[in-house]
Amino acid sequence: MNWPHKDLIAIQNLTADEIGHVLDMASSFKEISKRDIKKVPTLRGKTVVLLFYEPSTRTRLSFEIAAKRLSADTVALSASGSSFSKGETIMDAAYNVMAMAPDCIVIRYPSAGIPAKMAELLSCSVINGGDGFHEHPTQALLDMYSLKEHFGRIEGLTVAIVGDIMHSRVARSNVYGLVKMGARVVLVAPKTLLPPGVELWGASVTNELDPVIPEADAVMMLRVQNERLNERFFSGAREYSIFYGLNRKRVEMMKDGAVIMHPGPMNRGVEITHDAADSARSIILDQVENGVAVRMTLLYLSMGGTANVD
Amino acid sequence: MWIKGGTIIDPANGIEQVGDIHIREGLIAGVYLTGCAETDDEVIDASGLWVLPGLIDMHVHLREPGYEYKEDIASGSRAAASGGVTTVVCMPNTDPVNDNPSVTRYIVEKARHTAVIRVLPAGAITRGLKGADLSEMGLMKAAGIVAVTDDGKSVEDSSVMRRAMEYAATFGLPVISHCQDRSLSASGVMNEGDLSSRLGLGGIPGIAEDIVISRDVLLAQYTGIPIHITHVSTASGLDIIRQAKQAGVRVSCDVTPHHLLLTEDRVRGYDTNAKMYPPLRSREDMLALVEGIRSGVVDCIATDHAPHAKDEKDLDFDLAPFGVIGLQTLLPGVFRLHREYGIDFSRLLACVTCNPARILGIEGGTLSPGARGDVTLFDPEALWTLTPESVLSKSTNSPFLGQEFAGKVIQTIVAGQSVYRI
Repeated sequence: MNWPHKDLIAIQNLTADEIGHVLDMASSFKEISKRDIKKVPTLRGKTVVLLFYEPSTRTRLSFEIAAKRLSADTVALSASGSSFSKGETIMDAAYNVMAMAPDCIVIRYPSAGIPAKMAELLSCSVINGGDGFHEHPTQALLDMYSLKEHFGRIEGLTVAIVGDIMHSRVARSNVYGLVKMGARVVLVAPKTLLPPGVELWGASVTNELDPVIPEADAVMMLRVQNERLNERFFSGAREYSIFYGLNRKRVEMMKDGAVIMHPGPMNRGVEITHDAADSARSIILDQVENGVAVRMTLLYLSMGGTANVD
Repeated sequence: MWIKGGTIIDPANGIEQVGDIHIREGLIAGVYLTGCAETDDEVIDASGLWVLPGLIDMHVHLREPGYEYKEDIASGSRAAASGGVTTVVCMPNTDPVNDNPSVTRYIVEKARHTAVIRVLPAGAITRGLKGADLSEMGLMKAAGIVAVTDDGKSVEDSSVMRRAMEYAATFGLPVISHCQDRSLSASGVMNEGDLSSRLGLGGIPGIAEDIVISRDVLLAQYTGIPIHITHVSTASGLDIIRQAKQAGVRVSCDVTPHHLLLTEDRVRGYDTNAKMYPPLRSREDMLALVEGIRSGVVDCIATDHAPHAKDEKDLDFDLAPFGVIGLQTLLPGVFRLHREYGIDFSRLLACVTCNPARILGIEGGTLSPGARGDVTLFDPEALWTLTPESVLSKSTNSPFLGQEFAGKVIQTIVAGQSVYRI
């Protein structure tokens, strides 16, 4: 497949074929990380700038390792150490970075739309590392990869996504992608954490977790942000964990072979208990491992790499 | 001055006919529909043009004093003149706020020296727009205000709003209400709905507006004092107003051209020139507002002209300020409604001339003999495109940039003086 996109901004912009192509390619990239010398020259001479305007450990590290394993040069910039904290606007920052001729910018930003705007205005590739409540496409692709790796398919799987759907870019990107790939998606949340129009996303929606658990092939728990508590979207961590948390009792209700996922970072004791997070069903660390392979694929495709990965 | 041979449209007098207009000493001296004698006065050949009463825009932000980098009275008045607008009512959310007569006098004086059109200030309802203590409405009226409003904010406290209406009525001042329940609009930046969820932007539900419209209509019913609801954007809000009017409540309202011509779809692509309060709504809302013009529930069309500097609008959608400019596109926008929906032009024109004049209790908005000599010449055939270069405001934050308009203002006359000519 000829990859037609300079940028990766949203799963909404990808076709099922394109998603399938990324997942197929990621397998060969994953193999590189298992080698003794975990580096190929594919992106030698390319420069990748990581612009992170929101705290991130996993995503940033994952992109950086992915780029380095492809021999790209990486520079990481976070909000606290940049002139953003001096009041420079994001587009000024972007043009300044652009003036130094990077081949790709990975951007994480607290509000929606900035990656799309940068993609439109900058000549280099732009990869969205998460923008506001909009999308987190690389997370969804690594989640889909993990499902496909585990089950051998995505089509026909039932995936429950549980928690703060309203404020979750991970949930959005996953719903768009999983629905395109033929999975059945069930969204579970109290009514206060369901965004308007969610019924149009092609997923089913419910407020009750228990009936969903035995049907699901995968249960994906979303992080509860502390700020939601302050904004009174629900009454407190105690009640939330009882109604929407994944605990040992619910893990035991899961069907044979079903898996537990979480995009991280986990709030242990709120949306997930330690015995659920650390159970044999958990593929949470596989998700992290696969993140590197999927991001290697995306860096490679976005920058129009042609070299053979071997 | 004679304006000869144009199609005269004067909704206040039900006139729509070719004829001549005579302006003398700044006033309309006469309208002659059957041709008239030769004259030595200045003659403007208006053949092929429409000759309209100068437009009244009852809701603009001229930003002076305090925010002259966005706009000032001089630049805003030139933009208005190029849009055929001869009178504007400027909102009090300046710095300092227009909540006392010295600020009012500053604006009036500044307008006298720098404005090419008539600038009428609106005063604040509460001191500092803080929603608590009433401003000096009586003294401001004496200094020149024509209405009171805390535009940009709702008066949250219902008791303050009730007293504000009673106090304003004491001085014969109309109250203009910006309706927004801030606990519901919260951190929203666009219409709440499927699209806001997909774009990942915070939503502002229609009820944030409707709840306050309901309260203000109930206050008007209870006190018997009229209320004017500005920039209505929802079908449901307009329904509340329709029902209130049918029940005999003295409520009037205006709608902006952008809410009549655009929908929330304009936010796709995160263009901050599509960010304003109230937000662009659904297609159903837009069509209900258009229907409200046709049925007469909507009294006025006002721009809510809100200039913001490019640097401010060049931020991300969440951080950019609310507001768009609109003076230059008011009449072409109104004309587009006529062409696209077949609404009688005279009815549309009333929404920007005699209706706001009546609600505000000010002169103008008609070509009746003795009225102010404010006249707009409009070429309904001309095509033009709004570009950043063609914008006369200091700020270019229009949601219509790049759009072609049919119908162009050719000349604007204020009190018998030509203040804009193409």
